[in-house]
Amino acid sequence: MNIIVIGLSHKTATVEIRERVAFSPNLIEKPLHDLIALDDIIEGVIISTCNRVEIYATTRDIAGGIARVKRFLADHHHIPLETLEPHLYCHHSEAAIRHVFRVASSLDSMVVGEPQILGQIKTSYGYAAEYKSSGIILNRFLHKAFSVAKRVRTETKIASSAVSVAFAAVELAKKVLGDLSDKTVMLVGAGEMCELAAKHFLNSGAKGVMVTNRTFERAERLAEEFGGEAVRFEELFDHLHRADIVLSSTGAPHIIIGPKDVEEVVKRRRFKPMFFIDIAVPRDIDQRVDDVESAYLFTVDDLQEIVQANLAQRGLEAQKAEEIVDKEIGQFFKWLSSLEVTPTIVALRNRFDEIRRTELEKSCANWKDLSPDTEKRLEALTAAIMNKLLHAPTTALKKAGQGGRVDLYVDALRQLFELEAATEEKEELDLEDE
Amino acid sequence: MTHFFFTLTLGLYGCATAAYLACLWRTSPSLTKWATRLLATGCIAHILSTIHMASRAKHLPLTNMQESLSFFSLMIVAAFLISERRYKVTTLGSFVTPVALLMLAVSSALHGEVRQLSPILQSNWFWIHALLAFISYAAFTIAFGVAVIYLIQRYFLKTKHFGALFQKLPPLDTLDEISYRCFAIGFPLLTVAIISGAIWSEKAMGSYWTWDPKQTWSLVTWIIYAVLLHGRLTIGWRGKRAAILSIIGFAVLLISFFGMKHSISW
Repeated sequence: MNIIVIGLSHKTATVEIRERVAFSPNLIEKPLHDLIALDDIIEGVIISTCNRVEIYATTRDIAGGIARVKRFLADHHHIPLETLEPHLYCHHSEAAIRHVFRVASSLDSMVVGEPQILGQIKTSYGYAAEYKSSGIILNRFLHKAFSVAKRVRTETKIASSAVSVAFAAVELAKKVLGDLSDKTVMLVGAGEMCELAAKHFLNSGAKGVMVTNRTFERAERLAEEFGGEAVRFEELFDHLHRADIVLSSTGAPHIIIGPKDVEEVVKRRRFKPMFFIDIAVPRDIDQRVDDVESAYLFTVDDLQEIVQANLAQRGLEAQKAEEIVDKEIGQFFKWLSSLEVTPTIVALRNRFDEIRRTELEKSCANWKDLSPDTEKRLEALTAAIMNKLLHAPTTALKKAGQGGRVDLYVDALRQLFELEAATEEKEELDLEDE
Repeated sequence: MTHFFFTLTLGLYGCATAAYLACLWRTSPSLTKWATRLLATGCIAHILSTIHMASRAKHLPLTNMQESLSFFSLMIVAAFLISERRYKVTTLGSFVTPVALLMLAVSSALHGEVRQLSPILQSNWFWIHALLAFISYAAFTIAFGVAVIYLIQRYFLKTKHFGALFQKLPPLDTLDEISYRCFAIGFPLLTVAIISGAIWSEKAMGSYWTWDPKQTWSLVTWIIYAVLLHGRLTIGWRGKRAAILSIIGFAVLLISFFGMKHSISW
């Protein structure tokens, strides 16, 4: 069984492309089912964040699997494959494992070491687990990725300094608004990144927070957490003029704030500058808002520039992290290879045979009057019993090997009969762990 | 003695300007500190030179182009030093000190013969007029520098270029505040300067307003800054258009300043 990774990220695609292939968390069930319905795609997980869209899948046929997933991505979003293809990267086997471990450990992030990505992958994986599109391999794989990320975080200083997209947003806001102490933040929607950015703004002295959300209760809860004010989503434009900083990250598939709205709002504010950060993919704020006088719009991509400066100093820590990742790849790959059918059958036979021989030898040693002839017969008899016993599972396993979720059988067998390599220590399985 | 202080000032302004310009490329706290020190020392030398000149001529040195340019330059430097202290805007120096240096250099190139004070200038209204006009000019010069930086910084923000220069230039909000302050101080002074100028004109030449080029251009300047301040106070006008208008206002101001040579009173 092979793990394949197909995706695109801020390194290979602009936000325009990324938002076109993004998956909305509310509508993730269908694509997940469509994904595992593809020929020879056995398990699948879809990761969709503002900086990357990735599909993790297992397949027996690497080239075919990759091609089908690519086609699936293009068809699902109605983009010609030729347009999408140049932005996609594909990994399989060890490279795929390395890639996912690095992504989860935030080594591939726009801001190396930023902590949000792990949470985002956990959420995305949560959907896959809920809709049962992930199976034994990807479950194990992602839990392994989470534990690698945890190791990287605790054993290196990669995330110790507070450099992140959120922090970059604060720095940029200061360049427009100057002192933040009399400035108000408006949160539109409630993404993790948005909340984090809001916290950064408050830490930097921002005066207050307003929160709006499609579900008012959510807004109220968040407002309470920040000691701010909840605003009904329908009344957004009645309150927007009071905000100096607008952080938007709704899951809406369409534009929420357009240039006309902002023109009105800016007029009401007597052209006092407004600072917009659009973290949502697809975007919430029309790009033309940036053309409005006194309105300054920045997307996630823009924040990268600010962040570049901080990357260099993290190089050394990242190197350590890569070493951890390297070690963990070896371990996981060993487990993955153990899930192959043939070695499992061989291991199972060896295990049975070993038991049979030990028992036989023990017995023969006790029966002193045993003739060599009887010994031969006993040998033949036990071998026949063993073969008969193993016949059905072996056939079933071989048959399962032609398709379906053979890894389930293989893994179960390995655990039931204590076959080597499958007994690696259990990873903690709870997602709420962080 | 005047000559000594004048040359010293010119030298110090030159060094200060070079230091301020270097601040755009290099980030060094000591460089910034030295730029300010050089300029402040230059300013003191400039004041001494002006006092010396005034005591020799027995009147404020505002009676010809050479004197006026030097005084204009002094006012700009003083206004900048105050803004820099208050708003911590070193980079503004990189845009304003070259203007002051250029004016002083032109002033030094002109030959200033000590001549008898023209009788028409012997009026208190003239001195009030000239002094206030130069202070307001200095305020508008600072506003001009701020407007240029505003446009640059706005360009960086809109085109998402976050280079080293972007990091150095002050926040838009600070620029906006300085520019508003400049208008709030400069405009009333200019208004009083024009009124006192008209009164002086009546006393010296028997007419409040003669529509000579100097007066006309002054009026145009006044109207531009009136529009700017009015827009700001009523609808909160600021941003790109305000910055451009501020630059235009400064250009017109320079025309009216250099145009005064053609005025009948000179």
